[in-house]
Amino acid sequence: MLRLKNTFSIERDISGCGLCGIINIKKVKINGENIKRAIALEHDRGNGLGGGFAVYGAYPDYASLYAFHIMYDDIAAKNNVEEYLKKNFVIEKNEPIPVLKISKILDHPILYRYFMKPKSDREDRLFHDLKDDDFVVRSVMVINSQYDGAYVFSSGKNMGVFKGVGYPEDIADFYMLDDIEGYMWTAHNRFPTNTPGWWGGAHPFTLLDWSIVHNGEISSYGINKRYLEMFKYSLSLKTDTEVITYILDLLIRKHGLTIELATNILAAPFYQTIEKMDPPKRELFTALRQIYGSALLNGPFAIIFGFSDGMVAMNDRIKLRPLVAATKGDFTYIASEEASIMEMCPSPDIVWSPKAGEPVIVRTENVKAKNIVQKEEMVSL
Amino acid sequence: MTKSSFSNIQPEFLALIDDTKCVRCKRCIQNCGWGTYSFGGDKIIADHYKCVACGRCYTYCPEDAISVVKNPTVMRENANWHDYHIKNIWKQSEISGIIISGMGTPLKYKKYFDHMLLDACQVTNPSIDPLREPMELRTFLGKKPSKLELDFTEDGEPILKNPMPPQIELQTPFIFAPMSYGSISLNAQKAMALAAKALGIVMNIGEGGLHDDLVPFGKHIIVQVASGRFGVHRDYLNSGIAVEIKIGQGAKPGIGGHLPGEKIGMDISRTRMIPLGTDAISPAPHHDIYSIEDLRQLIFAIKEATDYKKPVSVKVAAVHNIAAIVSGIVRAGADIVYIDGFTGGTGAAPAIVRDNTGIPIELALAQVDERLRQEGIRNEASLIAAGSIRSSADAVKAIALGADAVAIGTAALVVMGCHVCGKCHTGNCSWGITTQRSELVRRLDPEVYGERLYNLITAWSHEIMEVLGSMGVNSIESLRGSRERLRGVELTDSELQVLGIKHAGL
Repeated sequence: MLRLKNTFSIERDISGCGLCGIINIKKVKINGENIKRAIALEHDRGNGLGGGFAVYGAYPDYASLYAFHIMYDDIAAKNNVEEYLKKNFVIEKNEPIPVLKISKILDHPILYRYFMKPKSDREDRLFHDLKDDDFVVRSVMVINSQYDGAYVFSSGKNMGVFKGVGYPEDIADFYMLDDIEGYMWTAHNRFPTNTPGWWGGAHPFTLLDWSIVHNGEISSYGINKRYLEMFKYSLSLKTDTEVITYILDLLIRKHGLTIELATNILAAPFYQTIEKMDPPKRELFTALRQIYGSALLNGPFAIIFGFSDGMVAMNDRIKLRPLVAATKGDFTYIASEEASIMEMCPSPDIVWSPKAGEPVIVRTENVKAKNIVQKEEMVSL
Repeated sequence: MTKSSFSNIQPEFLALIDDTKCVRCKRCIQNCGWGTYSFGGDKIIADHYKCVACGRCYTYCPEDAISVVKNPTVMRENANWHDYHIKNIWKQSEISGIIISGMGTPLKYKKYFDHMLLDACQVTNPSIDPLREPMELRTFLGKKPSKLELDFTEDGEPILKNPMPPQIELQTPFIFAPMSYGSISLNAQKAMALAAKALGIVMNIGEGGLHDDLVPFGKHIIVQVASGRFGVHRDYLNSGIAVEIKIGQGAKPGIGGHLPGEKIGMDISRTRMIPLGTDAISPAPHHDIYSIEDLRQLIFAIKEATDYKKPVSVKVAAVHNIAAIVSGIVRAGADIVYIDGFTGGTGAAPAIVRDNTGIPIELALAQVDERLRQEGIRNEASLIAAGSIRSSADAVKAIALGADAVAIGTAALVVMGCHVCGKCHTGNCSWGITTQRSELVRRLDPEVYGERLYNLITAWSHEIMEVLGSMGVNSIESLRGSRERLRGVELTDSELQVLGIKHAGL
């Protein structure tokens, strides 16, 4: 049975997974073929119940517009959501997402994409004055939680998510990713244990141009969720990955923290480490734990999160999930298994396993980086 | 009324002495604070009427010759007219007056902690071995900003823009509940002070002022300001790590306190700053707090007096509308809210209030935490839950419901020998805990019981670490408020809804 939303009678989705990522810091674009091969190699890390990709730089012609990818269960849902969109957005273009009918993806929802921006005279202006980004976030929450049979799975600018139920290599063929180009790709192969056939449950998860692929189970989900609800996030999907996406959105976009600090909240250093820091840093890190203790992601995870200017890969604070990184020239590769990296790049310059809780942060070059403390503790071959 | 000494009430317990074992050492006579025993020429005689089953005599009998048993003489069983009611009627008809009792209610109410079960990891996420991996229990009590404000140094390094509001750092999420000098002995307070210092936690000295001997433990002491304002002066407010305004107590919400004049000896008179031999009366309300805006004034008066360097806590009893009350307290500027549940202990309270007023801590805590989150102010204050935390399991469940830390009072007294006989108000405690009689107080060695308190809290902390590990988290903040890790058994839909948890199996 086809489902967009998590209507299973569970509090949340649990899954194991495989993941991959490629980024070129000069924003040189490549098509989806490489990453498809890499994630295909991790075939056994999934069970055919979810695969997906995020591509950055996919829509250069509409780079200034929000690209919404929406799945619909039926025409009625599509009509309802489009009514909302027309009321609130200037829609430059809408079209079905091009797909190739292949034997392995038989059953799929209606897949549509919209390039648009919020109207300046939209109705909600009457009672508050949200910035465009905030309004888009709110719209995503509204559609995902209040509109039956509709689910926004991508809402960023010049980027797109392509995902569904199936093995990732089949999903890649279904969406014809060989024809799409981007400077950054992430991919995911899913092994859910209790939510079969749920299109919305595939990764990546996105909000604006944040995208997350995630392997793991957040044992602190309960409090992370309640913490986010305090900031009016609605967690309609009941997945760990949704929690991570929203925490990042809160910390980086809303609270204005640096990515480095945000990663030190997700995988907070232990007090025994903090105690050894110099006084100003110790104070800062103690405050981070005091203020953001409820945002600590506890339990096993490996994640790759992408944003338009870069990519971050990291593990939980005691490294309970695999994560390998490598570089070759302007390319950085991340994967759950070293073999996947070799599939994309047979002779990398360096390959290393990032330490527990230590992020690999890669930024594209045209961005003037503020305060990068690039973790250079790389273990070379 | 000629036979005024005649009573319908039979002794509740029988203190039986095996004369063949007894060596007539008379240790029981010496140990009993109640005067149960006397020497009858060739053997020990017990006045059963005086026995409260505090357990002191048989614990210290070298020959194990004493057994205290429930009086087997039956009252005719009646599920409606229970002995509790019948005996109370007799008592009140004989002497009139309000029935006073010590400790929390002994009546059988539903204990919600006993209807909640914990989660653990299987397959999809690994559990963590606390003996091999770090496991963090460190807890900070105090106001937290909702977001971090950053500045950057010239090198672009981020630093704190504003210093954090004052916090109480606890190495493990326990504190010793407020018990005043007067209601308990100085030695009992000293035992807790020694343990708190060794454990890196804090004790609360209650409303009876700060004895000179405890001043050196200031970093581990919360000083209290209650309606009687005993011993309160500027140095007092600054001598601890935090100040607590006591509004109410779980065992007696809405009721003040009364320490009779005969208990006000030199030392207590000095510490409480009241004349020798006068009654120490804590009015039911603070007479300068008749509403929430008055509370705000007192909170800020204390903050002014302490130069904004000490967190201010407000202690309230869990009553029906507790969620809204606590929300108001937080908005009034409290940094910590201490919620004392229905079953909480006391040195003395009218039994009618103790046994009938208030609501259980589990329900109160769940509602308060949820309400503060709905209002987006949960970060503004830390929550301490109290009201008969009997085990580390209770503590874990309270924390999962949303408490930052738990306070233990009765459990700490049990460490010191308390058998929960409920006669604290008489001042005859054979264990030297709730008495000021020097011959009784002397027997409570602060170092011995300080060490046992240390042992207990250390053991409970290890147990919490085990549970955290089994849940696959390595820090207490990942359990705090994580109700997803709790499931209810034998609870109604309403109870589950109030607790914010799901029934087991779902």
